[in-house]
Order: sequence, then structure tokens, then C-alpha cells
Amino acid sequence: MPLTQNDLDAILLTLKLASLTTLLLLLIGTPIAWWLARTASWLKRPIGAIVALPLVLPPTVLGFYLLVSMGPNGFFGQLTQSLGLGTFTFTFTGLVIGSLFYSLPFTVQPLQNAFEAIGRAPLEAAATLRAGPWDSFFSVVVPLARPGFITAAVLSFAHTVGEFGVVLMIGGNIPGKTQVVSVQIYNHVETMEYAQAHWLAGGMLAFAFIVLLALYSGRAGKLRAW
Amino acid sequence: MLSHWFSKAPVKKADDGRIQARFKVQHPGFALDVALDLPGRGVSALFGPSGSGKTSCLRCFAGLDRPAEGYLQVAGEVWQDSATGYFLPAHKRAIGYVFQDANLFPHLNVRRNLEYGQRRIPTAQRRVALDQALELLGIGHLLARMPAALSGGERQRVGIARALVTSPRLLLMDEPLASLDLKRKQEVLPYLERLHEELDIPVIYVSHAADEVARLADHLVLLDEGQVRASGPLKDLLLRSDLPFASEDDAEAVIDGLVSDYDMHYGLVTLSVPGTAACLRLPHAALPVGHRLRVKIKARDVSLSLQRAEGSSLLNLLPVTVEHWHDLNAQVLLTLRLGEQRLLARITRYAFDQLAIHAGQAIWAQIKSVSMLAP
Repeated sequence: MPLTQNDLDAILLTLKLASLTTLLLLLIGTPIAWWLARTASWLKRPIGAIVALPLVLPPTVLGFYLLVSMGPNGFFGQLTQSLGLGTFTFTFTGLVIGSLFYSLPFTVQPLQNAFEAIGRAPLEAAATLRAGPWDSFFSVVVPLARPGFITAAVLSFAHTVGEFGVVLMIGGNIPGKTQVVSVQIYNHVETMEYAQAHWLAGGMLAFAFIVLLALYSGRAGKLRAW
Repeated sequence: MLSHWFSKAPVKKADDGRIQARFKVQHPGFALDVALDLPGRGVSALFGPSGSGKTSCLRCFAGLDRPAEGYLQVAGEVWQDSATGYFLPAHKRAIGYVFQDANLFPHLNVRRNLEYGQRRIPTAQRRVALDQALELLGIGHLLARMPAALSGGERQRVGIARALVTSPRLLLMDEPLASLDLKRKQEVLPYLERLHEELDIPVIYVSHAADEVARLADHLVLLDEGQVRASGPLKDLLLRSDLPFASEDDAEAVIDGLVSDYDMHYGLVTLSVPGTAACLRLPHAALPVGHRLRVKIKARDVSLSLQRAEGSSLLNLLPVTVEHWHDLNAQVLLTLRLGEQRLLARITRYAFDQLAIHAGQAIWAQIKSVSMLAP
């Protein structure tokens, strides 16, 4: 058995983290993307830039700020403590929160592109056919933006799986709790267990390749460069 | 055939059947300011050149645009009244809207496109059955097709049927034939005529094509630069010689001139046309000599003569050269060269023959009026 129990735990935890993050991101990212796609507000650019920040920031920077704010003296930490929830640093919840920020652009940007590509016309047709705003969103926008939703889900999932810096900063390295595959690979390398590192790293490589291959085949190369 | 389905619509007082609308829209570079009182039955055409505000007006009827100032009453029901801040959103208006390019939902087949609106109105309000619309528009055989697999004409007929099966109290059509070639137009037009004959439902029909309007409309509204130039029964308006009807009638030329003189007494600016000895005079506030001014001259405001007319009240006589022309029924639209610029003139076929006009001919153009161009 090339994989230890720790490795298997790390894989399961990674999949759990990525699934939960993707689900939450679709819920959070959809209204943000919709707003960004339709608004004429001057806030569009600043908000768009904030959403895109994790694309260019070193994950350690994002992780550092999250660590500080979620810690016992941080604003968010104080809030969670006063609600009797303790602090989220070095917990799975903290990892999920970190991943939400980290992968947000990978949800919002494909969705925003998909929504913008739909344009006003189908929505106007829906309105003249008695569909209210919510109705037309679910009966027209969601089906038309389906490729965007698929891209957003796959990219968010894959990107969360590949997370390292943020996890290390706010989650640490607690087996079964915050120890994800990327961190486990790091552990193996630190302890010179190259064979095990190979198994996990090779698995990640294959996973990443399959995801991208599926995306490119499914969308016939429509995927954005990022 | 279908008319009895529509006659079940709640009947209000006769006067209330009319469609009353007032819309005021102000955008940079465009203003719409119209007050309309349209009959509650038959086809009312909004007719005018592109940019005249036809589609903007129609979008206000639909509630797709919300004019800052507006009032709309359809079949005795107020849909918008900016005085009270009331605005019925588009999806709550009993309208059918036919888009210029059909605008079918690409992800739904023809049947589901048709059912989309129908399913969203209460059963009790369904006065047009799907089968009737299919028959009326001849699209029964297309139900399983996706919009991408339809021809332009088929798409447009599906679009019309889709609007009809919502049993609208007002049917709005935005140049439904404009995106079709002649053959497709001729394919759809008979269906529109049938619609007109068989359905007792008021239609507002936007078009810039005179032939369509002449064929379909009962009532005509002439729009120009966001204003109503005339509104009345089609046959009356066609007889009024002061109204241009053919689309070419609104043809106009833009001429750039330089202010060469200003007559304080008469308040007239004299413009010299670069490259010619020609001068145009028009009433205007004082302008410095050398100021550049752009004016427009409508084709119908230009007449031609072989000699320089003396003692005429016309201020503006320009030496021009005939470039080319084309026939408009009994009239001729000529393109005239004025220096490096061009002028349009519309004259009768008779005058054209009398003047023995030929290409390259030097001739005098008499301009009845010169107007300013919106900045």
C-alpha cells in the first residue's frame, strides 16, 4: 500500500474541502457575477478588482490577512468569539472560509463572462412573456449560462484542490482536520519520503490534466486563458 | 375565425378602448417627446427614418424602458403614470412583443418557445389556443425544431405566434420584417395581413418601410427626431401633400458651410459653400465670419430650374451639377453636386422630363428651406 492512512485522510479532506467550497462559491459567486455583469455602477471596477485579487496575490499574503483577522484579536475572530463560535483559525471551517476567498475569481469570472454573453435580449423576451426577474433568471439565464456554470464549478474545485499557501497559513498541518494533499506532499518531501510524495504528486498531476482536458473538450476551446 | 376569441376580452367604455400614451425620454444626443392617442383596434404604424424614436417609443409601450416622464393607458387600464410614480413592469403588462430579429430562446425548441409565455398566464385569460396560432402562422410542422434550425422567416413567424398565445391586449411589433430579405418578407407579410383580418387586437407596428406600412396600417404616426410630425388615419395622411411618405422623402443632405456674412436687420446668416461661389442664407443668431456651420437640406425642399430665377422669394439659389438620379414612382430623386458636397432634390417626373435632365448638366437648385442640424 503506497498510501498511508494519513495520505488517505488528506485526500478525503481535500475532496470534502473542494466540494463544499465549490458549492458555497456557486451560491455566493452567482449573485456577485450577475451584479458585475449587469451593473452600470462605478463600483463595478473596484469590486471586480477585489474579486480578482487572489489571482495575483501570493497565497501567503491572503492567508496572512485571513489568519490575522480570524485570530483571537482580529475583527472576524472577535465577532466569532462573541457569538460563542470560538476562532476559526486552524479549523476546517477556517479552511473553507480561506478557500472561498482564494477561489472566488474562478467562480465569478466565468459566470460573469457567461452572463455578459447572454446580453439583454433573452431577458427582454422573457419579460414580454410574463416572466418576472427570478423566473427569467432560472428559466433563461441559468440554462443559457450552463457552460459558464460548469467551467466555474470545475475551475473552483480544481483550484481549491491545488491550494497550499493559504491552507498552511490559516489551517496549519493537522492530520484529518486541516491537512490537505498539497500540504501532505510537502510533509513527505520534508521527511524525505519521496516515494509517497510521488504517489500524491502524480495523482494531483493526473487530476489536474484530466480536469483541464475535460474542460477543453467540453467547451471546444472556449475556455479563457486563465 | 379567431376574432370571437378576442371579443371575449372585457369590454370597457368605448372611449376607454383607445391607447393613450405620452413619453418623454432624454438621452445625450437623443430626445423622444411624443403624445399619442391611438385607436383601440387595428394596426397603428409608427413610421419614420431610423433614429426617429420608433423603437424607443415601442419599448416604452412594453415597459422595457421606463421614460422619466410618461403616461400610458391601454384598454381603460393605466400601465404607467409618472405623475403618481406608477409603473407596471414589462412582465405584468398584457402585451405581445415581436422583436426585430424574433429573439427566440436559443435553448428551447419551437414548442417550448411558444409555451413559455402561454404557461405564464392564467388559464382563464388564454384566448388564443396554441393550435390556432400554429394554424394562423403556418408553423405546425416546426414544433420540434430548435430556433437555430429555422429560416429567418420561420423564426419571425414563431416569434409572432409566441407573442399571440399570451393573448395580449396590445401587440407590439418592432420592424418584424426588417431583418428579412425580400423573399422572406413576402413569406411573412400575408400572415401579418391575416392577423390583422382575423384578430380583434390592437397592434402597434414599427417600420421604416413605406410599402409595409401602406399595406398593413390603418392608423399612421409619422415620427421624426423623436417628435410626432403627424398622426391620423393612413388614408388621410397619404393625401396630405405636406407630409412625406415614401422613406426617400425624408432624405436630406448635409452641407458644411463657412459664415461669410451676417445680416443684422433680417437676422440672416450667409454661408459660403467651400469650393463654390454658392451662398446659403438662413435665419440664425449672429455668428462670426469664418465660423463653420453644418446645415441640412431635405430633398423635397429643393427644386430645379435651368435659369437663375429672378424676383423669386427664394433666398437660396445654388449652381449645381446633376450627378445621378433614381425614380420614385411619379417622382425622381436626384443627387446634385455642389462643390465637393452633395445635395438631394426630389422633383416630379414631369419636371424631370421638361428640364431634359442629363448627367453632368449644370442647373440651378432652389432651396426652399435650410435647417440646422442638431449638434
